[in-house]
Amino acid sequence: MSQQEVDRERRKFLVAATAAMGTVGAAAVAWPFVASMLPSARAKAAGAPVEVDISKIEPGAILAVEWRGKPVWVVYRTKEMLDLLGKHDDQLADPLSDMPQQPDYCKNKNRSIKEQYLVAVGICTHLGCSPTYRKEIGAADLGADWPGGFFCPCHGSRFDLAARVFKGVPAPTNLEIPPHNYVSDSLLLVGVDSKVESVGA
Amino acid sequence: MNALQKLLGWVDARFPLTATYKAHLSEYYAPKNFNFWYFFGSLALLVLVIQIVTGIFLVMHYKPDGSLNAAGVPVAFASVEYIMRDVDWGWLVRYLHSTGASAFFVVVYLHMFRGMIYGSYRKPRELIWIFGVIIYLVLMAEAFMGYLLPWGQMSYWGAQVIINLFAAVPFIGNDLSLWIRGDFVVGDATLNRFFSFHVIAMPLVLLALVAAHLVALHEVGSNNPDGVEIKKKKGEDGKPLDGIPFHPYYTVKDILGVVVFLIAFSAVVFFAPEMGGYFLEANNFIPADPLKTPAHIAPVWYFTPYYAILRAVPPLLGSQFPGVLLMGVAVLIFFALPWLDRSPVKSIRYRGPIYKWFLAAFVISFIGLGWLGILPATPLYTWIARILSVVYFAFFLLMPWYTKIDKTKPEPERVTG
Repeated sequence: MSQQEVDRERRKFLVAATAAMGTVGAAAVAWPFVASMLPSARAKAAGAPVEVDISKIEPGAILAVEWRGKPVWVVYRTKEMLDLLGKHDDQLADPLSDMPQQPDYCKNKNRSIKEQYLVAVGICTHLGCSPTYRKEIGAADLGADWPGGFFCPCHGSRFDLAARVFKGVPAPTNLEIPPHNYVSDSLLLVGVDSKVESVGA
Repeated sequence: MNALQKLLGWVDARFPLTATYKAHLSEYYAPKNFNFWYFFGSLALLVLVIQIVTGIFLVMHYKPDGSLNAAGVPVAFASVEYIMRDVDWGWLVRYLHSTGASAFFVVVYLHMFRGMIYGSYRKPRELIWIFGVIIYLVLMAEAFMGYLLPWGQMSYWGAQVIINLFAAVPFIGNDLSLWIRGDFVVGDATLNRFFSFHVIAMPLVLLALVAAHLVALHEVGSNNPDGVEIKKKKGEDGKPLDGIPFHPYYTVKDILGVVVFLIAFSAVVFFAPEMGGYFLEANNFIPADPLKTPAHIAPVWYFTPYYAILRAVPPLLGSQFPGVLLMGVAVLIFFALPWLDRSPVKSIRYRGPIYKWFLAAFVISFIGLGWLGILPATPLYTWIARILSVVYFAFFLLMPWYTKIDKTKPEPERVTG
């Protein structure tokens, strides 16, 4: 058998084919390990919608609930608060909510279904801190022209009472408005766009 | 031949015990002119051992569990309190481990600085340097993941902020951060995988890298404060004229370093384990609360220079990515150092004034950024951070130019003692 010359072409092909099959095999084995790190079925199930009783929120007050482990705010905006909203569009990065940070039914000037209730994910779009609710107009530490809104203590991002981001702060986009709908006048459902039994808003 | 020698002979016929001892200790010839700066490599090894030993004992009592116990406190947070209050000597083991984390970065930063001033990254030691920078990166990951485990407010929100950095990567960012967390927010899944990485994966990688770092070092031989190769001048016996055996000369020297280091280390462990909030932050004594961010989030001191660079970059086109990218480059640029330096000499002793000015500016920018990264971001501080970031990068990016035009002194033929 040793009298035969080594067929180098054949050897090269076999080495390449073995290496290629080995790589495919390694990738196939790696996949279950990589995928096991994705959110589990239980974590996904915990993302189920959350019901919120909004009848107890006083005008001007905020209620934070947990949805998918994130804080979701419900703010009862007073008439005065709403009146101030349109007056600082020139200071905002995205006043018309062009970026897809909200469901289509909230792409309006108040970023809400019901004018008075703001429903927003309380996670700063910069690096995920939770901003503080600062409703006092012209607060000393935020400047005389502060119209009320949210201030992120981590890196100083500012948002107005429609959760729209101001220009010149680290946060690039408006706060996210989660999918939500009103089951009744006093019951809000966070996490789904609409329910069959809920007849519009 | 006595029994012990017989046994040694028996082993040597089956495993290179004596040969390994000779190659790495008794007949490893190191330059005779090592100075103060050469303590930190062996000290880093000592701290690694401290971290592994204390870590093994902490795992016996710690529970990586984000759920709430009957008292409404997260189990992980409560288990750390339990170690501190109820486990005999638990407080000591934990403070050794937490102080060890900061001590690791102190000695590694000084060790890296030594490499920079004496040109230890230059040919033929590029791979030693590259292994070293990878060790530094793994160490950062190890420290970051370890910091989540006590499950305090700073653990939680620090992890939230850092993982969100990955979400800024274009296109795949959101899926990537979801994959890292294993949940829609930092939660129990994140805590458990960080625990796994912190106690198994990263330490294994770290040990392998340290071995590679040392094997590469002992292959080419150590650099020295003069930056000249001792292997070029050998005696008739083939040993470098300016070399002395690592053991006993440098083992004895390093033991002195270990003693002094342990005095300082113990002083921190026993008298200032929190180090005024820089080693253990005040907010981390409050259990993690996913609904409430602390008023001021700052990373632990060893990450603050990069954190300051991150904050200094404004968002571009509605994306946070440029800041994240620049922060990453600020760390990774150390890899390029061997090829950025075009000076004919290695050591700072024979370099010209331009290099020394740039090095001084670099040190000021690194410390300055580190200081700014601890403070809240005000417009003035942000501008200072921007200027210092430019200085930081200028040190590296202009290096091919200024090391070439700089007026150097001639290197000596042999080490100068």
